[in-house]
Amino acid sequence: MKQLSSHMAWIAVALVGAFALGYVALARGEHINALWVVVAAVSVYLISYRYYSRFIADKVLGLDATRQTPAYQHNDGLDYVPTNKYVLFGHHFAAIAGAGPLVGPVLAAQMGYLPGMLWILAGVVLAGAVQDFMVLFISVRRDGRSLGDLIKSELGMVPGVIALFGCFMIMIIILAVLALIVVKALTHSPWGVFTVGATVPIAFFMGIYMRYVRPGRIGEISVVGFVLLILAIYFGGVVSRDPSLAALFDFDGKQLTWGLVIYGFIAAVLPVWLLLAPRDYLSTFLKIGTIVGLALGVLFVAPELKMPAISRFIDGNGPVWAGNLFPFLFITIACGAVSGFHALIASGTTPKMLENESHARFIGYGGMLMESFVAIMALVAASVIDPGVYFAMNSPAAVIGTTPEAVAAVVNGWGFAITPEMLIQTTKDIGEKTILSRAGGAPTLAVGMAHILQQFVGGQALTAFWYHFAILFEALFILTAVDAGTRAGRFMLQDLLGTFVPALKKTESLPANLIATALCVALWGFFLYQGVVDPLGGINTLWPLFGIANQMLAAIALTTCAAILFKMKRQRYAWVAILPTTFLLTCTLYGGWLKVFSDNPKVGFLALANKYSAAIDKGLILAPAKTMEEMNRLVFNAHLDAGLCLFFMFVIISVVGFGFRTALLSLKSNQITTHEMPFVAVTR
Amino acid sequence: MLEELGKIGKYLGQTARLMVGVPDYEVYAAHMRLTHPEQHCMSYEEFFRERLEARYGGKGTGKCC
Repeated sequence: MKQLSSHMAWIAVALVGAFALGYVALARGEHINALWVVVAAVSVYLISYRYYSRFIADKVLGLDATRQTPAYQHNDGLDYVPTNKYVLFGHHFAAIAGAGPLVGPVLAAQMGYLPGMLWILAGVVLAGAVQDFMVLFISVRRDGRSLGDLIKSELGMVPGVIALFGCFMIMIIILAVLALIVVKALTHSPWGVFTVGATVPIAFFMGIYMRYVRPGRIGEISVVGFVLLILAIYFGGVVSRDPSLAALFDFDGKQLTWGLVIYGFIAAVLPVWLLLAPRDYLSTFLKIGTIVGLALGVLFVAPELKMPAISRFIDGNGPVWAGNLFPFLFITIACGAVSGFHALIASGTTPKMLENESHARFIGYGGMLMESFVAIMALVAASVIDPGVYFAMNSPAAVIGTTPEAVAAVVNGWGFAITPEMLIQTTKDIGEKTILSRAGGAPTLAVGMAHILQQFVGGQALTAFWYHFAILFEALFILTAVDAGTRAGRFMLQDLLGTFVPALKKTESLPANLIATALCVALWGFFLYQGVVDPLGGINTLWPLFGIANQMLAAIALTTCAAILFKMKRQRYAWVAILPTTFLLTCTLYGGWLKVFSDNPKVGFLALANKYSAAIDKGLILAPAKTMEEMNRLVFNAHLDAGLCLFFMFVIISVVGFGFRTALLSLKSNQITTHEMPFVAVTR
Repeated sequence: MLEELGKIGKYLGQTARLMVGVPDYEVYAAHMRLTHPEQHCMSYEEFFRERLEARYGGKGTGKCC
């Protein structure tokens, strides 16, 4: 009887959720309130956490609370430390939350908020959270080893090395796409450039303080750093209003690209305490603070969604990114629904600090639900702004033109009412010179966040402040990711190249360090430059590549989980991992196939290359290219992107093949064949 | 009540520090005293530097997207 009454409360939650979801899905013709979306999402999270994650914990994985975790077995007070479950949750969430869940949903909003919302919810419950949870569990049972190691020991050496190569290329694409987002946000924006540029000296100051003045005092210097950041935003506004000062900070895309490449190189070879660490502190705290602030803002302001539930671009002809709902929506919303990168985090520092195996459910599954909520808020922020403004900001100039009048005419033609005056007013409100064709997600998100936050704190007068606050918040953690990623990429590269040239393997040797760093920067810089000069907007090309790569990594992680369930003789439950793997495989392989072979030059890389080659043969120059050289470069880039896409497909097919083989082998064996560490009981 | 609030504050501080890769120093020092009294126990400053190198200097996995 008691059991029944405990279920009654959950049935009530389910009913509330179902009603909210139904309301969101069926409302037509009127603007619905964002709170409906929030209520629907939270109900789905609660129900899935209570029932599905519990099923996975008890039945599928068999979490054992009496088993000692590596945090106790190898306790050293440093890497391996038994940590309070809520404290560790914070650590894990801060590590997985990034730019992905913010940008993907913004881009996906071109189809309306409903498709994106449904995939964010379904994806996280059945795929994303399952992956994070299972990988965390598997790593905890193996002394907290990394995903690459797990694949090597459970699937074999060859798939392990293939996966490592795949990871390196994913890293390069991620760095390029993240840097591209920053470039798109800062092009011809003196305010933004000044503010983001000011973070470098601020970080230097913090770094020196923490090294020499009062070593290790994180709290006090972070507060000082935060105050300086706010001042930087304020003075950015002063700079942007003074024409002669503003000219000093006004750069075009190419200049910013070179700036970022040079910056990336220097930042990656400077001592970590000087720039990387202090900026990471700022970006981490600012990120968490902003996410909390945005959540409060959405709850208190309760804004209305102006974007339709389903827009006309559901047909696949949208200007923001090309391709049909299936498979491209599932690739565009990367991290909010399922993210392969989390498998690296869940097999990184978190498993070494888990106090008890039973906490893996809360931290792995629960942490990802939280990340998904961030994605939902990004979707809300993109949907509260006028759809006309949304499309003006996110469509490439080649499609909509470059003056407010031209843009308003095109966007009106699509059925989204907008006047040139509205565009100019929005531009003025946020203190910028232009908002047209600022693709990449960050500026749109910033406009949406400013729209919500100014109603929460400060009113209309602070819109420009909040806009640049949001830009700073995104640029700050993206630049930290670029530093840290270049560094990590350099180590990977030295490791890989070291196999052929042993001298390059020495990570402490300065020449080897400089060569590997330069190579790494050159690689992502190349894709970044290509994206910046791409007349179709760059995001059009790079974001799908990133999405495919990220979902591919998730499919690899889930394949490993499924194979390990077979090895544990729990194949009865392997469908929990196989179901999302199959879906992700279908999306990435079909999406990858279309990106390479589709006849539509907007979608397929080869079709695009052929279109331009054919024109070159006839001696024609096709817009938006202006010279024969540009034509040749477009052809080359399209071939390169196609090759990269095929490489990603090869990586995933081979790892899945090895997963299959492992599963078959363990079916033949009549005993458990995993490489878990032996059981040690918890001592109390 | 005040004690509870103090506890929550302590946990929040721990969480914030762990978010940037610095675990609790007290826990480390207690662990060293208890289990390895013969080994050198780092001062907070040494401990902080060691953690900073471990998080950023080595083979970090980089940041999530």
